[in-house]
Amino acid sequence: MSMHYFANPTRFTRLAERIQPWAEGLAGVLLVVGLYLALVEAPADYQQGDTVRIMFVHVPSAWMAMFCYSFLAVASAIALIWKHPLADLAAKASAPIGAGFTFLALVTGSLWGKPMWGTWWVWDARLTSVLILFFLYLGYMALWQAIEDGQKAAKAAAVLALVGAVNVPIIKFSVDWWNTLHQPASVLRMDGPAIHPSMLWPLLIMALAFKAYFVALLLVRMRMELNLRRIRALQLAERTT
Amino acid sequence: MKPFMAVIARDLHLAVRQGGATFLALVFFLLTVTLFPLGIGPEPAILARIAPGVLWVAALLAAMLSLDRLFQADFEDGSLEQLTLSGLPLGAIVLAKTIAHWLTTGLPLLLAAPILAVLLNMDSEGFAALLLTMLIGTPALSLIGAIGAALTLTVRRGGVLLSLLVLPLYIPVLIFGVSAIDAAVHGLNAKPHVLLLTALTLAAIPLCPWAAAAAVKLSLE
Amino acid sequence: MRHFFEMGGYAGYVWPAFVIVLVVMAVLWVASRRGCRNSEHTLAALRKIVNNKKLTRSDP
Repeated sequence: MSMHYFANPTRFTRLAERIQPWAEGLAGVLLVVGLYLALVEAPADYQQGDTVRIMFVHVPSAWMAMFCYSFLAVASAIALIWKHPLADLAAKASAPIGAGFTFLALVTGSLWGKPMWGTWWVWDARLTSVLILFFLYLGYMALWQAIEDGQKAAKAAAVLALVGAVNVPIIKFSVDWWNTLHQPASVLRMDGPAIHPSMLWPLLIMALAFKAYFVALLLVRMRMELNLRRIRALQLAERTT
Repeated sequence: MKPFMAVIARDLHLAVRQGGATFLALVFFLLTVTLFPLGIGPEPAILARIAPGVLWVAALLAAMLSLDRLFQADFEDGSLEQLTLSGLPLGAIVLAKTIAHWLTTGLPLLLAAPILAVLLNMDSEGFAALLLTMLIGTPALSLIGAIGAALTLTVRRGGVLLSLLVLPLYIPVLIFGVSAIDAAVHGLNAKPHVLLLTALTLAAIPLCPWAAAAAVKLSLE
Repeated sequence: MRHFFEMGGYAGYVWPAFVIVLVVMAVLWVASRRGCRNSEHTLAALRKIVNNKKLTRSDP
């Protein structure tokens, strides 16, 4: 059973419909448990007080932002190299999810930073890299929108995704480089305090909850993209007959 | 080699004939740099502090604005397609056109930079680093920009989209370029920054034309 | 219980953070579900039209 087993759209749709309820249920349960642990069970930090709870949504959001881009890049590579017919749809479907989490990472990072360092925004290495990642997502989605021909848009977006993927480590490195040169007066640590076991569980569960949510949402969006592709094909066929 | 040089020569010839592009890039460079003292105030110490960054950002923007003439005109009148029929691989064609683009955009910017650095009261220790980083970095701007130009070829009024695609990719070049000049100004070792910048450009030379060619191919299909 | 709402004085930061996370996730979810459903309806309608055309075309 190779990757191309799932290339058949009908087979994919059937599989997606079967997995979806499980992913949704898992996401819901994990989310409830994670939120409870984050908001109630986890202790307040000695230094940061209750604001440390924001870490339980900020860090998993940042993780998802990066995970989604990796997913997008791998799917794009599969689309370009092996020409798997669903791979470009998977990439396209995952982009808004990644962009959403990137946005959340930025906003929660800002809300976490204000009580701690007094400003709504700090140009620390992590937030700056996430901001640039946000631009990469926006550019990717804009390119899909801008090119009218669906197949050409898919290929162009795939090229852009891979170019972006190669650049992400370079950008991350250069931003870290930049940050160490312009080290601000106080050492900014957006990772929060040393991870205590009571801190670890909410973090991991929230991270898993986000991942399950991603799977469920991805399947919905992929089915939608598949339908849109079929619609376009039908419209094209109609116009030429 | 002959056909490769022929493409460069052709593009240079066209650029000279049309004349405007280099002039416009230089004027834009000058204007943008002028905006900063007007916006921030003419205090020499502050200008000197921001000079490396302003020069690099302005040069970067000027380079980016000139990218659309890399492929657009040739694509529209069919000459791009003709070039592919010449037997030269598309990647080589792209590289040749990029070199011509740099000669007509990056090189003039590089030559104008020291003059503008004087306007911004940049410390004299930074001039050598400024020229060196621009010499190494502006080709990277043309190379990376070619990918964006190729991807947005079929997009109507794709200039803004081009900026969105290309500017994030320019950031490492910007960071290494500016930090090299800053290091030189403060008497620190600029070598690591310059080496990183060089690595970027060297990596861009084989990789960018390849990616841009893949994108151009899409538009020609 | 009071502490839950006041979050040690940081309620103005902690609660908006969690709320916006849930809101964005919910909005994305609803929008995607709706988009999927719309696409299914459009596809079904289009297929119906195409099939009808095929039937009428085959009439002598």
